[in-house]
Amino acid sequence: MRTVSEQPSRVNVSVQPGDFDVAALQQALLGGEAEEGAVATFTGYVRDQRADKSLQALELEHYPGMTEASIGAIIEQARQRWPIHAATVVHRVGRLQPGERIVWVGVASGHRAAAFEACEFIMDYLKTRAPFWKKEHALEGAAWVEARDSDVRRARRWSRGEEP
Amino acid sequence: MLTVRFFARLRETLDCAALQLPWQEDLTDLRALEALLCERGGETWRQALAEDNVLRAVNQVVVNGNPSLRDGDEVAFFPPVTGG
Repeated sequence: MRTVSEQPSRVNVSVQPGDFDVAALQQALLGGEAEEGAVATFTGYVRDQRADKSLQALELEHYPGMTEASIGAIIEQARQRWPIHAATVVHRVGRLQPGERIVWVGVASGHRAAAFEACEFIMDYLKTRAPFWKKEHALEGAAWVEARDSDVRRARRWSRGEEP
Repeated sequence: MLTVRFFARLRETLDCAALQLPWQEDLTDLRALEALLCERGGETWRQALAEDNVLRAVNQVVVNGNPSLRDGDEVAFFPPVTGG
């Protein structure tokens, strides 16, 4: 009998300035042996959260090396919890415009429950553990985005063993 | 040699992305390094590094408490993360 952690899985992490092709990323999650019954994906976009809708650009800083390793560690944690066959995380850095894609998470698994949950877990942990920092640029100046308690609470659900 | 890196708001406050310090025997742990940085940098550094929410990483792994340091280590200070 195989345990979850012994299953091979394909992991792909990219931190990049450029945009990405969602369809190509999703296709690449499939191993070609028709064993994936489910692919769950998440796409995050740059959102203008300002009341006056004055956001001109979002600037993303990261810690080269540590950021990629942190995401890899998060995927490994997901792999220990769910029988996932493949996982990809792409996160953009640099200067992005409102409406642009910023992050993509895709998980392939045999069944939908594992794919959905692992995808959400990876995203929740990425938001609270991977070293990225956002700075908002608006007409009146620039300001660093504050970390949100609601993101921390979402991530903590997974360590309490609760269902989402 | 120790490499020390700062990110985001902290990098801007300190006007420093990275610095290198020659290894010295009394840099035995993270607190000793912070004391040295504050001594060199003055009040701005003292206040910035004393912020409650500053995170610390040694060799690109987040640490708590006061881990010991070794020659060649990379230490980083940064605010809470806001990616995704």
